[in-house]
Amino acid sequence: MDDLRKFARYFRPYRRSLIFGTFCVFASVIIGLLVPLIVGHAVDDLSAGVTWAKLTRYALTVLGVSAVSGIFLFLQRLILIGMSRHIEYDLRRDFYAHLQRQPLSFFHSHRIGDLMARATNDLSAVRQLAGPAIMYSLQTLFVILLILPLMLRISVRLTLLLFTTMPLVSLTVKYLGQQIHLRFEKIQDFFAQISARAQENFTGVRVVRAYAQEEAEIEAFNRLNRLYAERNLSLVRISAAMRPLLQFLIGLGFMLIIWYGGALAARGEISVGQFTEFNLYLTRLIWPLIAMGYVVNLYQRGTASLKRINAIFAIQPSITDSPHARAHPPINGRIEFRNLTFRYHEHAPPVLRDINLTIEAGQTVAFVGRTGSGKSTLINLIPRLLDPPPGTVFVDGVDVRERPLAQLRASIGYVPQEPFLFSETLAENIAFGVAGASRAEIEWAAEVAGLSDDVREFPAGFDTLVGERGITLSGGQKQRTTLARAIIRQPKILILDDALSSVDTYTEERILTRLREVMRERTSIIVSHRVSTVRDADMIYVLDEGEIIEMGTHDELLARGGEYAALYERQLLEEELAAS
Amino acid sequence: MATAVKQFHEEEAIGKTYDWQIARRLLRYLRPYARTLVPALLLTLILNALRILQPKFTQYAIDWYIVPHRLGGLRWLALAFLGVLLLTFILSYVQTVLLETVGQRVMYDLRSELYTKLQRQDVAYYDKTPVGRIMTRLTSDVDALNELFTSGVIDVLGDLVMIVAIAALMFWMDWRLTLVTLLTVPMLFSVTMWFRRHARRGYDRVRTRLARINAFLQEHLSGAQIVQLFNREEKARAQFHELNDDYRRANIETIFYYAIFFPLVDLIGAIGTALIIWYGGWRVMQSAPFTQTLSLGALVAFIQYLQQLFQPIRDISDKYNVLQAAVVASHRIFRTLDQPISITPPTVARKSGRARGKIEFERVWFAYNDEEWVLRDVSFTIEPGQSVAIVGHTGSGKTTITNLLMRFYDVQRGRILLDGVDVRDWDLRSLRQNFAVVLQDVFLFSGTIESNIRLGRDDITEERVRWAAREVQADRFIERLPGGYKAEVRERGAGLSVGQKQLISFARALAFDPAILILDEATSSIDTETEQLIQKAIERVMRDRTSLVIAHRLSTIQNADRIIVLHHGQIREQGTHQELLARRGLYWRLYRLQYSDRTMHAELKDALT
Repeated sequence: MDDLRKFARYFRPYRRSLIFGTFCVFASVIIGLLVPLIVGHAVDDLSAGVTWAKLTRYALTVLGVSAVSGIFLFLQRLILIGMSRHIEYDLRRDFYAHLQRQPLSFFHSHRIGDLMARATNDLSAVRQLAGPAIMYSLQTLFVILLILPLMLRISVRLTLLLFTTMPLVSLTVKYLGQQIHLRFEKIQDFFAQISARAQENFTGVRVVRAYAQEEAEIEAFNRLNRLYAERNLSLVRISAAMRPLLQFLIGLGFMLIIWYGGALAARGEISVGQFTEFNLYLTRLIWPLIAMGYVVNLYQRGTASLKRINAIFAIQPSITDSPHARAHPPINGRIEFRNLTFRYHEHAPPVLRDINLTIEAGQTVAFVGRTGSGKSTLINLIPRLLDPPPGTVFVDGVDVRERPLAQLRASIGYVPQEPFLFSETLAENIAFGVAGASRAEIEWAAEVAGLSDDVREFPAGFDTLVGERGITLSGGQKQRTTLARAIIRQPKILILDDALSSVDTYTEERILTRLREVMRERTSIIVSHRVSTVRDADMIYVLDEGEIIEMGTHDELLARGGEYAALYERQLLEEELAAS
Repeated sequence: MATAVKQFHEEEAIGKTYDWQIARRLLRYLRPYARTLVPALLLTLILNALRILQPKFTQYAIDWYIVPHRLGGLRWLALAFLGVLLLTFILSYVQTVLLETVGQRVMYDLRSELYTKLQRQDVAYYDKTPVGRIMTRLTSDVDALNELFTSGVIDVLGDLVMIVAIAALMFWMDWRLTLVTLLTVPMLFSVTMWFRRHARRGYDRVRTRLARINAFLQEHLSGAQIVQLFNREEKARAQFHELNDDYRRANIETIFYYAIFFPLVDLIGAIGTALIIWYGGWRVMQSAPFTQTLSLGALVAFIQYLQQLFQPIRDISDKYNVLQAAVVASHRIFRTLDQPISITPPTVARKSGRARGKIEFERVWFAYNDEEWVLRDVSFTIEPGQSVAIVGHTGSGKTTITNLLMRFYDVQRGRILLDGVDVRDWDLRSLRQNFAVVLQDVFLFSGTIESNIRLGRDDITEERVRWAAREVQADRFIERLPGGYKAEVRERGAGLSVGQKQLISFARALAFDPAILILDEATSSIDTETEQLIQKAIERVMRDRTSLVIAHRLSTIQNADRIIVLHHGQIREQGTHQELLARRGLYWRLYRLQYSDRTMHAELKDALT
């Protein structure tokens, strides 16, 4: 119920649509119900004798009434279903805006596929709740309310007879419909298992072939396949009853009218016209009765989906501007870690232990260490992709948690480990973080990132589409594009998280040289596995298991003969080998 | 890339000229179920006749009982009507069950045939075809075919018969009124066509716009951090609003067509009713008691027939779309079924059964794509029982050698012999049964630990599974799992460590007791204890059989009878560990680079001094 109350807010801007739409439903129903009345009178007149002119008038009235009712029918759908599309729009807009404010940790605990399912299937179920469910409920309500007195006036007993049997139609739709839906979903789950298994087989095709398991796999698949077909067939035995049963129940109504209504008419208690009228009322009742059962199912599905969507809305983004955040003077780029110990969860072991270091504005600092040593975690704390404990990470002497997020991030150029590009043109990807960047700026950034030569080879240069619908970039090209994307912002702080790993050493050398010029006066933080990348840094920190185990310049560290020196030696050998 | 794009388009565009061929081929799938299908079709005809009967009851009620004010016998008419209703109910239930049964059976056959074909298909096919696309064939395309049976396309035949039958009956009742009434049919027909055209176009638009929203969401949720880091929230929101709004507009446009269609159909119905009242009413009045040309009951029945006539006309174009979709889907399915298989068992196998384990590569050249040679002129021999290690840089062709040995691909030049017989002349199944592979990226199937060791081979007893696990010392961790050997393995072995997965795959290899072991050692670092376990497991599995190892571990290399050094697809050096080190060539350098991590630092120093 609470979910529904929250949802009701979304109707507020469309109150007028709702009211006018309701009126249209009412109008179309009441005017439409005039048709049986007129036809009934016409039939009575026919049996009594009628003039040509009167007949013509009847025919024209039927036409006119139908036309007016049709106009309201048209408006009703346009307004009410239209409203549900507007509400769907609003809800989707809010849903996306909410997701967009979520931090990294949220996306670690929620799979994208699951979020997508909520944004598509669940949203569509909620939309049906806001549109068709409301429209059909209103329609059913008005038809029954208005038709009842019309029928009662002809014959109370016949009306009661019909109203004791006809709800069976709604009940059939509701219960049988629900049963079918539930079973269908269960069978779909089973089918999902079969597909998962088949998919597994195709993915592991080499193992299957190597162990000559094809026959066994075919047999296993067919076993599931047969089971699936059988389950479907047992569902068919139920679902096949739905339509015939509805037809039978509706037919039963007509039969009752012939039997009891026919007797009434034969005895002269009602006229032939009224008999015909009753037949036509029943015709008008059929759809609302079916809709009633259908609406109940829509309601159940819609509220379940609403709950799933609200569950996401209930998660407040954990990394936001602190209430004390004020715009501080522009960022210069001095970074400090003070007694920083970081863990992902309260009870998890620390990923970083007691880190103390200062990076002066304008310095180039490098972090090396094995996978899992904590390098990436450390640098993710600076733009608050992860939230450090209060009082541990400072930029220009101000705790990062106390700065407005937008200001902090705007001063940082970040190049992630996994190059992530959007399905837009190359130029749009490079200018991603700069509003209104000129072509010259884009070209400049591409030049610094060593991308210019590649761009010349692309079919449409900078306007080439990247991604699924466009060209596929190589790993190195992607990395250089993400580098250009960071450089074009001319950030005070540039962070490279192992960002040149797919670029060959020669190109890397060229890029680093250009970068040094550009980044003079600015702070650069480089994480890398490669000695060649970090060699010229002002300071190199070697991390191991979350602690700094060595620090110094390249020469100092080589002289020490520790981890760093060993790494250097290995990489020299590698170069030598590649050359042979 | 150009060819890829072309293939992609071919995938989408389906020529209409094939329609008949496809229909004929589809009929072949129906043939086995003719005994079910023919009665179902007969029932369809009978049902339509029964439905046409129903308005007649109203007519007779009016003409025979109500107008002449006669009561007797009305009950029998009502009971007869009830009888017709019951019969309709039963027959139409049976008809639906029969039709859908045929549908399910045909789908079963198709899925089974597809899957069997895919199991026989070359490994190379899987290199070229994304798994997602294969899955679409097996799932949605087969489902689209099923729509033929469930959404009543078969009923279209019946519908056509029904339209003709109703029209004939109406003509027989009163041909002049019929002609007047049928004036509405062209109206309805053109309105329906107009609606379908727009609704379909609108639906396509809605679908593509929704796809765009989904693509955007998928991308921007995956890249949510990038959006935040680059202060792009506003812009992204604006972009999303635009897509969201496009989608909304497409929907509202579609609503317009629906909103106009349903009232319009009602209006045409009203026109029909008005015509019947007007012209029919006049005719009823004209008919003097002795020249009964049109009765009042017949007039009411006419109104009901008009309704019955409308339904199938409205449905036909809808069903036509389903038919189209089914044709496209079956075309895709048939193309997958027709895809030739290039690696097939020899027509006459020169050899089968268990091999002794002698392997010979004779001047083998191989490329995955035309002329990009991955192996150039590779020759070597492995005697039964020998162990050979292959070392080399990434991309040197190591894995290709094992792929060729098991005939995942066929060589372009030269030949590969097992026990002196070309692998292409071996019975394919027994060739592969002679090998057991342990791949770097251990692939576990969802199931239990036990089913992962045994795979599909029922002749591997439970004792043997346990024995194999014990031999490679996997038993200790397995028994600690909840459920032990019956412990559930989730998709791709989630929840098990890399080391544990490897131990399971060693147990699998041992349980299969192959003549030849192929081992692609993992490079990933694992803790020392597990490392030692794996070491022992490798030694155990290699015992008493020919083995070919893509080696990363120092001990495996040292214990190998021979080491082959591959470089850029060619054999550069061969010999024992000591011989090769002494030569101070490529191996020596490679060795220092790849096998000198911290735990082996000491060993390395010993070896070099």
